[in-house]
Amino acid sequence: MQLPSGTINDSYEKDMAIIRTRWQWVMFIGFVVLIFVFPAFPFVSNYLLRIINNIVIAMILVLGLNILMGYAGQVSLGQGAFMAVGAYTVALLGHKLGVPFWLSLPAAGLSAGIVGVIFGAPSLRVKGVYLALATIAAQFIILWIVRHVHAFGGVSGVPNPPAAIGTFTINSQLSNYYLIIVVAIIMTFAAKNIARSKIGRAFVAIRDNDLAAEVMGISLFRYKLLAFFIGCFFAGIAGGLWANLIGHVQDEQFPLINSIWYTGMIMVGGQGYTLGAIIGTFLLLGVQEIVVLYGPSLSHIPGVGGSGYAGFSQFLMALIIVLFIIFEPRGLAHRWQIFKSSYRLHPFSY
Amino acid sequence: MAVSQHKKPLTFNKLGVTFTRTTALSQQSFHFQRQSILDGGLENMDEKVTLKVENISLSFGGVKALDEVSLDVNGVEILAVIGPNGAGKTCLINSISGFYRPQTGSIYFNGHQVNKLSPHKIAEIGIARTFQNIELYTGLSTLDNLMAARHFHINYGTLAAAVYFGKSHREEIKHRKICEEIIDFLEMESLRKKTVGSLPYGQRKRVELGRALALEPKLLLLDEPMAGMNVEEKEDMARFIIDIFEEKKIPIILVEHDMGVVMDIADRITVLDFGIKIADGTPDDIKANPMVIKAYLGEEFTAASAA
Repeated sequence: MQLPSGTINDSYEKDMAIIRTRWQWVMFIGFVVLIFVFPAFPFVSNYLLRIINNIVIAMILVLGLNILMGYAGQVSLGQGAFMAVGAYTVALLGHKLGVPFWLSLPAAGLSAGIVGVIFGAPSLRVKGVYLALATIAAQFIILWIVRHVHAFGGVSGVPNPPAAIGTFTINSQLSNYYLIIVVAIIMTFAAKNIARSKIGRAFVAIRDNDLAAEVMGISLFRYKLLAFFIGCFFAGIAGGLWANLIGHVQDEQFPLINSIWYTGMIMVGGQGYTLGAIIGTFLLLGVQEIVVLYGPSLSHIPGVGGSGYAGFSQFLMALIIVLFIIFEPRGLAHRWQIFKSSYRLHPFSY
Repeated sequence: MAVSQHKKPLTFNKLGVTFTRTTALSQQSFHFQRQSILDGGLENMDEKVTLKVENISLSFGGVKALDEVSLDVNGVEILAVIGPNGAGKTCLINSISGFYRPQTGSIYFNGHQVNKLSPHKIAEIGIARTFQNIELYTGLSTLDNLMAARHFHINYGTLAAAVYFGKSHREEIKHRKICEEIIDFLEMESLRKKTVGSLPYGQRKRVELGRALALEPKLLLLDEPMAGMNVEEKEDMARFIIDIFEEKKIPIILVEHDMGVVMDIADRITVLDFGIKIADGTPDDIKANPMVIKAYLGEEFTAASAA
């Protein structure tokens, strides 16, 4: 990795740090401030906030999936269901037991993590497509249980009492925005740190060469299950936030197709890059929202039926994923890395 | 001391350049390792058998890969395992490192019964290996490959990893220093941040040796470390093996086909043929052993080395 010119490593701490120059600090702090004052801009409507809330919740889930799929190399097509576990945990704890959101949110992460470990157990024996199939099972089993077992609310779902700080309840898009943003920053920080720690290295070791990893002292059993735990923990946290945002949890909110798009977001963003998970989510879900907004004008195109916009967002998202797999299989984050290092080297070739 | 087994200073001059066993490089400091040897007490290591392989048999279906093979590593020595292709040399290494489970027999290392442990536990008791066909983590940099091998030495949990502050940060720096020393030792400074997948073959072999060293092994298994290398790379690799042996005072089991290198650097040689151990002895004994000449070395080699 090339550093900006004039930046010198004179200690290991400096070499390991992510933010190196004063400019990077300025931009980082500026970005965080921008996030927090964002709702104050005049063009920000409640509608836009709702879209952003949805995208950031998905981003938290995709950050976890990136650890599981991008770093540890374990495919999971059941992330939507693990999000449901988190959402139902928060809603049931809040609705039936009156547990405050601050306790039920971590509980949502833990419960989703534990359920994830159970459904991740096949990873100890199978890889790739077979593991993907095994994790799809989670999608069907979990959603059947919450739909048909009365204790979980059944078809009508579970209402979720909004989170509260003292007497202030978090039930508007704006207050949810701040809640989601704070949690998202913490989770991004955690995801990045896990990725560069010994845990992240063990995950990549398993992904790149699991037999060698075992011989080099990394327990496959422990670390494959840990990858599922961490990946599903993030999904559970996302589910908990979703429950608070939507106010009423139902099984239909977590379809299989969502789980598939999540993996698509990682492919577009770049597997094994924390930045990739963020870019991929914003790109694909952004495209979806734009289609929802401008899709109806598709019917003006001659030869396209009046309902042409229905499913058009899926059409575009699928097209983007396929194009990325063909032309940039390592994703946007990889492209960004190449751009950054060649920019810093310019005008030299290496 | 272990090294005093050698009557004469061993000279490695196969490739036109002469290296003696004390090279300039061996003066480099390896405090962490040296310290642990001093603490461990080297006094009785000569008598102690570090690795004991007892009558192991390994078969795949009808094929007997190893048939009642026994082997001892006595104290600190370089033991070479040679034999024709398919003799079971790699199977032996795989059995010791836990890759394969021999059907009968047992393997002991420093009081542990190795063949009952899972491979990652075997790594933890101090057996490290390299592979014949390089098995690195291709997506990680050289440095991270080494750091990944220090996995069980690095002491912090998942939550500390997520915070990456305080203890976990200190641990990372501490082990980074150790990996940097290995990078210096193997002269890999320019490869430090390069992704291993982009490195050429010879350098990958070196990174793999570094990864095995980063494990802080008490026994090093090298499976054809010089296969497919050119003369210069072989020279370097031979020098590194000798340096590691000298610096770290650890026994090394070496599987290699280059007889020049094997005869020069090994203290003892074990010969396998079709899964059966046919000879065991010093390089001079092996060169003169008629069974070994017939099975593997051939008349030409013995004639050439006698000349």
